[in-house]
Amino acid sequence: MKAVSETVPATKGKTALSIETTSDHKTLLGADELIINMGPQHPSTHGVLRVKLKLDGERVIGSECVIGYLHRGVEKIAENRTYQQFAPYVDRMDYVAAVSNGLGYCEAVEKLLMAEAPPRARVIRTILTELQRIASHLLWLGTHALDIGALTPLFYCFREREEILKIFEKYCGARLTTHAFRIGGLQYEAYDTLEKDVERFCKDFESRIVEYEDLLTQNRIWLGRTKGVGILTAEEAIAFGVTGPVLRASGVKWDIRKAMPYAAYDQYKFEIPVGTTGDTYDRYLVRMEEMRQSRLICLQAIENIPSGPILAKVGKVLKPPPGEVYHAIEAPKGELGYYVVSDGTIQPYRVRIRPPSFVNLQAFDRMVRGHLVADVVAIIGTLDIVLGEVDR
Amino acid sequence: MADEPKEQQPPSVPTGDKPGGSPSSVSVPPAKPAGAAAPGAPPKAAAPAPPKPPVSLQTPLNNELVTRIRGKFGAALLETIEDRKQAILTVERGQLAEMALYLRDEEKFNLLADLTAVDWPKREKRFDVVLNLYSFAKNERLRLKVRAADGEEVPSSVKTWPAANWLEREVFDMFGIVFSGHPDLKRILLPDEWQGYPLRKDYDILQQDTAWVRENLGIESGQ
Repeated sequence: MKAVSETVPATKGKTALSIETTSDHKTLLGADELIINMGPQHPSTHGVLRVKLKLDGERVIGSECVIGYLHRGVEKIAENRTYQQFAPYVDRMDYVAAVSNGLGYCEAVEKLLMAEAPPRARVIRTILTELQRIASHLLWLGTHALDIGALTPLFYCFREREEILKIFEKYCGARLTTHAFRIGGLQYEAYDTLEKDVERFCKDFESRIVEYEDLLTQNRIWLGRTKGVGILTAEEAIAFGVTGPVLRASGVKWDIRKAMPYAAYDQYKFEIPVGTTGDTYDRYLVRMEEMRQSRLICLQAIENIPSGPILAKVGKVLKPPPGEVYHAIEAPKGELGYYVVSDGTIQPYRVRIRPPSFVNLQAFDRMVRGHLVADVVAIIGTLDIVLGEVDR
Repeated sequence: MADEPKEQQPPSVPTGDKPGGSPSSVSVPPAKPAGAAAPGAPPKAAAPAPPKPPVSLQTPLNNELVTRIRGKFGAALLETIEDRKQAILTVERGQLAEMALYLRDEEKFNLLADLTAVDWPKREKRFDVVLNLYSFAKNERLRLKVRAADGEEVPSSVKTWPAANWLEREVFDMFGIVFSGHPDLKRILLPDEWQGYPLRKDYDILQQDTAWVRENLGIESGQ
C-alpha cells in the first residue's frame, strides 16, 4: 500500500503534476500524457534506480531519475577512517569492479604520498584490473542482453566471469569485494600458477567472444533493439561529462589508460575502439572490442612480470604531507576519479569520489526522449551503471 | 608528554647494556626498551613530521596559461598554485561563470570531470567549491577553486557544462551550498525533507535526521 501511495504522490501536488528534467523547464501534463514510475524495485534497473517517465502514449517525452536509495555516506566514512582503513570501503561502490576501485584509490593516495608502487606490483595490478574489466563487461553483456530478451548470453558470460573470479579468489581469497591492492603496492605475492591461469583464460576467451558475437552481432532482433536507440553525439557526451565506453561509442577516442597512463599501461600495446553513431549497438561493439583488447593486455603482461618487491616502503602510519591530489583511472564504466585532500594527519581530510556511473546517468534523459518504454530498458542497460557507485 | 618518556628512555638503553654482565640482567633491560619503543614509535614517526609542513608542496604556479588568464581577468585570479604537479587556480566567486566560459571556449577545457566542495570551518570563507576540468585538446587537467562563506551563493556552471547539474545538486545536498542560476537545485542523494548537510565538518558521523528516520522508516534510529 505504501509503495502505491509513493508512486502516485497525490499529497505533493507539485511533484505529482510537474516533472523536472535536466533541460530547465517544468511542464504540466497534457491530456494524452501520463507519468509512470519505474523502479526502484525493477529487474531491469540493475539495482535500486527509480525513473519517473513522462509518456505520450508509449513514447517517452521526459524523465527524471530518482537516486540515493543505496547512499551509505562513503565520503563521510572516509573522513573518519585512516587512509588504510578506508581502502576496503571503495570496493563496495562499483561492486562488480572492485579491483578497479581499489586501484584508483591506492594510486591516488600514493600520489598524495609521492610514493610509487614497485614495477612488479604495477604489472600485477594491471593484469588483475584488466581481468576485472573483462568480468565487468561480461556482467554488463549478460544482463543487457537478458533485458532485451536474449537469455542465452547470460549463461555464457557467467561461465567466463566465473573463471576470472576464481583467479581473484586464488589470489586474495575474495571474489567480489577483493581489496586486492594496498597503498604502496600489493598485499599478497602472486600465487604460483597465476600466469598459467591467466594464460589459459585468455586462450579460451578468444573463442568465447566469438560465441557471444555469433549470438548477437548479426542477430536481427538484437539489431532491431539496439540500432538507432539512445543516440548520444560526441558533443552531447562531452557536455554531459560522459566518459568510458559510452563516450568512445560516440566517436571520441579518449581513454585515460592512453592519455594519462597509470599502473603499467604505458608498456603495452592496445587499441582504443571507437564507435561512429553513438547508439546502443555501437556501445555494444565498443565494449566487445574492449574485452578483446583487455585480453591482449593480459597476455602481454604475463609474458614478463618483473621480479622484485611488491610493496613500496610507505610506512605503517600514513601521514601524507598537507595538500591535495586528483587522480583518475579508466574504470570499466568510465573515469573514476579520486580527489583526496590531506591536512597532514593520519585521516584524509576529504575524499571525493568521482563515480563514472553517476555522471553517465545524467545523459539518460537526453537518450530516452522520443523512444518507447521498452527502449528505456535497453538504454539503462547500455549505460552500464552500478547503483552502488551512483549512490555511494 | 609524549616526548618526555621518549627522551628519558633512550639513556636507559645504553645503561642497560653496559652493566649487562649476567644473562638474567641482560634479558630484562632490553625487554623494557623494546616495550617502551613500541609506544615511543608513533611519536618518533611524528617527530620528523613537524619539519615537513614548512617544506610546502604547494608552490606558486606561473605558466603561459596563468599569464593569459591573469591578463584577461586580472585581480579576479586570486591564487595560482601547483600541488604535486597539478595546477590549481583560485578565482573570485563572482567571476566564476565568465572564467568557466573562457576556459571552456578559449582554453578548450571542455570536459567538467568533477565538481565538489571541501569544508574548512575555521576559515573565514569556509567552503571551497572545486571544479576539476580536463582538456581533450591539450590532454591537461586544471583545478578551479572558488571560496564561499556559509550562505553565500556560487554561480552555477550548468550553462557552461551541463554535467554540473547533478554534481552541483550533490554539493547542495551534502554541503548546503546554493548555486545561483541552477535550473533545478534540490537534494539528489538524500530525501528531500532531510535536515542538515552531512559532509560539513560539524555534522558528526553518527548524526542523522532522527525525526525523518522516525517518521519515514518507523524506527527509533538508523544507527
